[in-house]
Amino acid sequence: MSAPRRLVVVSAGMSQPSSTRLLADRLTEATVAALTSRSVPVEVTVVELREHAHDLTNMLLTGFATPELQRVLDATVAADGIVAVTPVYSGSYTGLFKTFFDVIDDGALAGVPTLIAATAGTPRHSLALEHAVRPLLSYLRAVTVPTAVFGATEDFGATAGRAASDGTPPLAARVDRAAEELAGLVAAREPRQVADPFADPTPFDQLLRGDT
Amino acid sequence: MSDQPASASTHPSQGAAPAPQMQFGVFTVSDLTQDPTTGRTPSEHERIRAAVAIAKKVEEVGLDVFALGEHHNPPFFSSSPTTTLAYVAAQTERLTLSTATTLITTNDPVKIAEDYAMLQHLSEGRMDLMMGRGNTGPVYPWFGQDIRNGIPLAVENYALLHRLWREDVVDWEGRFRTPLQSFTSTPRPLDGVPPFVWHGSIRSPEIAEQAAYYGDGFFHNNIFWPIHHTKQMVQLYRRRFEHYGHGSADQAIVGLGGQVFMRKSSQDAVREFRPYFDNAPVYGHGPSLEEFSEMTPLTVGSPQQVIDRYAAMRDHVGDYQRQLFLIDHAGLPLETVLEQIEILGTEVVPVLRKELAVGRPARVPDAPTHAARVEAAGGGRDATVYADADGVTGRAPAPVTR
Repeated sequence: MSAPRRLVVVSAGMSQPSSTRLLADRLTEATVAALTSRSVPVEVTVVELREHAHDLTNMLLTGFATPELQRVLDATVAADGIVAVTPVYSGSYTGLFKTFFDVIDDGALAGVPTLIAATAGTPRHSLALEHAVRPLLSYLRAVTVPTAVFGATEDFGATAGRAASDGTPPLAARVDRAAEELAGLVAAREPRQVADPFADPTPFDQLLRGDT
Repeated sequence: MSDQPASASTHPSQGAAPAPQMQFGVFTVSDLTQDPTTGRTPSEHERIRAAVAIAKKVEEVGLDVFALGEHHNPPFFSSSPTTTLAYVAAQTERLTLSTATTLITTNDPVKIAEDYAMLQHLSEGRMDLMMGRGNTGPVYPWFGQDIRNGIPLAVENYALLHRLWREDVVDWEGRFRTPLQSFTSTPRPLDGVPPFVWHGSIRSPEIAEQAAYYGDGFFHNNIFWPIHHTKQMVQLYRRRFEHYGHGSADQAIVGLGGQVFMRKSSQDAVREFRPYFDNAPVYGHGPSLEEFSEMTPLTVGSPQQVIDRYAAMRDHVGDYQRQLFLIDHAGLPLETVLEQIEILGTEVVPVLRKELAVGRPARVPDAPTHAARVEAAGGGRDATVYADADGVTGRAPAPVTR
């Protein structure tokens, strides 16, 4: 067995239960299975952004997190892998999803393997993942896996194992493929060590030389 | 003028009362904020006069420090703190004048050295200053700088300022300002002892590191921050202060901010302050007054509640030297602000002084004062640099000898 990895699942679904959470759960199960098959133990933390909506808005206004939100942010920036799932609203991720990534410190997600996924009422929104969600995570320098999983409402009623009429593989197959990609990246990396600037400040002679 | 021998400095020593272990005072950021209960916004002139009235009141009720912010944009009036502070110094006897904060990033360190040495002389040493980086993006380009260099500017500019007050003739070359050759900053520090410097920072470990490196004070302006964050910053500073050999961690010089509103009963205090909290640009429309009070040092209640809350601060950060309160915030009218200062001075701070003296180890230093720093330096000396000649009298300059 190798060292345990931490997987953080961010779900921005609004209703309870939400199809976003359903998709997030399927992606989580598939990722855990893919890691387990590689003998990599994994601890999963699921973050329902809905529960932190007020704290997130307050943090935008005050600049600091409540203790509860801080725990979530700390877990997220320490993750070895992230599954980020948002509903598509008005052609893009939801404001809440964006707010969450807005309050994360610059560079804190650099290099973190990330699986992006989205849900919507119609398959016509599927490219929101490529034109909105992926660029956001790229800006944060997360490493997004090639397969982004889009789940339209109709996917949840599709026949298991059968491709859609347009030839799209079934949702389960896309979930498994994306989870394999994420698990491969997570397993290939050492568990992350997050630097604590308070425990280990840049020595002053270095600052004087202009190094930071 | 040029050939006079150095004579011993004859200024009176700082007030007769012994220096307090801990200094308590008031700071203002100099904002012009609408009073939400009346819809009235004071004019610049009113607020400038109010700052003077507040400072005088701070001394009158027995508090120790008045600190003034520096900003270069509306709704703030205080672009030029030394003018105001010198004016206050002329009308007070004991009060220590300080800043909250002086922009070490966008001010020329040469001008800071000159301005504050001047204030030090005029106030007979009743001053110190707090370095800050400023919180308005455009202030950097307004003064020809770049906000992305905030930390490097703070580091380099202070390194120069530190030398200008300690070396009579400075040669300098850095990234951010014109080089200096054979430069003497005047006036030289009073008694040859540079003003005490605090470094203020909210989030940047680099600034705690800087304060520790120089053995200067560290002020955490925690008014919008939870105590666990303040604790983290202060602990870092204390640990590094010891690392750099200035004393043990508990001998580092720490200051904290805070904000309070008091009435005899806590219900009255909350009722009166809530409309101010709910509408203030810096507080309103986010967490409730209750949530905000829980997460930050804001305390709205009876004087006893304020005493209890602030007597407990040292449980988190250790015994400290300076506690400043923000009182004139959220558009409160001057009359109310003066009442609040009165309550602080008569009911709150005397009790806090007593309570915080209990169990304070003898090795924890008292709050820094000019008199104590002169004593620590082995006495004052006239630090005047007498030039041999000058361009005004037309005499030929003599060769510089060092």
